[in-house]
Amino acid sequence: MTTDTQTRKSETPATSQYKPVDGLLLEVEDLRVEFHTEDGVAKAINGVNFDLHEGETLAILGESGSGKSVTAQAIMGILDMPPAVIPGGQIRYCGQDLLTMPEEQRRKTRGPEISMVFQDALSSLNPVFPVGWQIAEMFRKHRGMNKSDSLERAVKLMQRVQIPAAKERVKAYPHQFSGGMRQRIMIAMAIALDPAVLIADEPTTALDVTVQAQIMSLLQELQEERQMGLILITHDLGVVADVADKIAVMYAGRIVERADVFDLYRQPAHPYTKGLLESIPRLDQKGQQLAAIGGLPPNLMRIPAGCAFNPRCRYAQDICREERPELLTVAPGRESACHFAEEVLHG
Amino acid sequence: MAEPILTATDLVKHYPIKGGVLRRTVGHVKAVDGVSFELLKGETLGIVGESGCGKSTLGRLLMRLEEPTSGSVVFDGIDMYSQRGRAMRKLRRDIQIVFQDPYTSLNPRKTVGDIIGEPFDIHPDVVPKNGRRKAVQDLLDMVGLNPEHINRYPHQFSGGQRQRIGIARGIALNPKVLICDEPVSALDVSVQAQVVNLMEKLQDELGLSYIFIAHDLSVVRHISDRVGVMYLGKMAELGEEDEIYGRPTHPYTQALLSAVPVPDPTLRDKKEQIVLKGDVPSPANPPSGCRFHTRCWKAQDKCKTDVPLLELRPDGVGEHPSACHFASPREVIETVDVSDQEVVFKAEVRDQASFEQPQRVGEGTQES
Repeated sequence: MTTDTQTRKSETPATSQYKPVDGLLLEVEDLRVEFHTEDGVAKAINGVNFDLHEGETLAILGESGSGKSVTAQAIMGILDMPPAVIPGGQIRYCGQDLLTMPEEQRRKTRGPEISMVFQDALSSLNPVFPVGWQIAEMFRKHRGMNKSDSLERAVKLMQRVQIPAAKERVKAYPHQFSGGMRQRIMIAMAIALDPAVLIADEPTTALDVTVQAQIMSLLQELQEERQMGLILITHDLGVVADVADKIAVMYAGRIVERADVFDLYRQPAHPYTKGLLESIPRLDQKGQQLAAIGGLPPNLMRIPAGCAFNPRCRYAQDICREERPELLTVAPGRESACHFAEEVLHG
Repeated sequence: MAEPILTATDLVKHYPIKGGVLRRTVGHVKAVDGVSFELLKGETLGIVGESGCGKSTLGRLLMRLEEPTSGSVVFDGIDMYSQRGRAMRKLRRDIQIVFQDPYTSLNPRKTVGDIIGEPFDIHPDVVPKNGRRKAVQDLLDMVGLNPEHINRYPHQFSGGQRQRIGIARGIALNPKVLICDEPVSALDVSVQAQVVNLMEKLQDELGLSYIFIAHDLSVVRHISDRVGVMYLGKMAELGEEDEIYGRPTHPYTQALLSAVPVPDPTLRDKKEQIVLKGDVPSPANPPSGCRFHTRCWKAQDKCKTDVPLLELRPDGVGEHPSACHFASPREVIETVDVSDQEVVFKAEVRDQASFEQPQRVGEGTQES
């Protein structure tokens, strides 16, 4: 491939003021996000902790309303506030708290340091500007490049994300591209400034399986090449199994289980994870009932007392309705927020 | 062997494209282009394919929500497209549909009771007027909703519950065939399993035949007896569930199956993946010959000119219908050991992906 694709190397060196210590890029600590609406307060995130290292892929797995996208938006600093309120927590990037940082400085991290690929490429791209212009904007705004240099860089990026005939297509508009190609353009924009952290929020959910495979392998390739920390937000257990190193499973705004991907699929330590894995149709279950999780995810304005999963949980006892389980280590490298984690893990 | 309840023969649906000042027809979107199959009594026929392959149009044709350009559908011995008036209305009672999006397919201004009871207004002889409320409540109970919620509105229900309402409406008239157009794709995994279970339960209880249209291959495999794979308006391969998933012979089916991420990290580097180049071409201007030839690694000159017929071709064990000149079996999903040869093959396909694709992407190939 071309030469401009080496690790964190740029033709226009941006003197990054951030230096990861021991490869630790991002630490999220006790993050909370609430939405204050007319109908009441929706607690979207209720104390989320995780960290991310260089070259690592962390998958945040959860169903709709679990708070996985809100987590990403909080890290990026793109939540609409109000209605969103962040009553507590820290998001440290290379040791510096993004939440208390002045907006001016924050803006300088967004793009060069942390960037994001969104689910719906069509609505994330501006329909009235050519895609090349939109990619080049990254270089103009953050690197102060002129029009022709920045467009040249945009073409190179489009080639890097394998858009055919990039030179001719640089002036095309978003609607002239297919869904998969648009997502490649989004990825090109996200990696333009060699970020250390890339957040991909359901990057392939709107795409067909054959295109999904192309996009996921592109993302993986780019991550390896640049040693980015990748946060992959998804609800697809198949995609996670293919690419993730670590998994954090979210339910009702909390991480309920955290583990290495191999451990988690082999032996889940939380009833919710277990239920999710069992509800995927499998070969040997043909003709049988799927082991569905009963009930529905909770309303975020009325999260059940105790463990939020207790009304749907087959392990639930009285303690689950009264006391909220903390995310505790249950085995080396494994954490679960369940009073009966031992039973789930070994039973 | 059960007898067929529905037979589709050479179904074609072309939509005209109007252009120019005079709004003249300048071309056709060939959404469905010669599809034939049989649906047997009590079975589930799964239809899979990517967006734009014509699977939803096929569903609409079978409902006669669209008139076909040509072709016929025979339902229970009656030619569907020649029926009119009262006879057609009677026929409609036997074929019902469940739509994909439970958020837009239910009228937000009507109560659940009105929505599920509406089929009884159109077909008043099914249930006497004074028994309708009871009938609706029975239906709610049957699909696992609380019968007391009959006066609630759709927005008071979650996605999974709304899909249950859609299913209740679909089975209200005791149909023989239920067409399910992506019934679970808008739902979360944990809720999806509940709805799939419900549909299987209803099939057993009511003796329904399903046409299950979906893009999720694992759900289709779970629920289907037979599966048809569509590509750009044509049936690429059709067979029993284990024939399609275990011994597919069409390259498209093989690529599609290999692209499905398997929820097992231990298979990560062991399973062979065929990464297809490019996107699905536009159905307004489909490739000549075999429609898959622009993305196929087996394509030869013959594929560019001759349309392969959907006919019985050997699959290693027996034979089943496949529309490929070079149909040959090839283990896809269950491969665990990967020989060097296959690794080389993977690299080849990848390389091709970086070449230019011949299709103009600007032309109506948008997805989602």
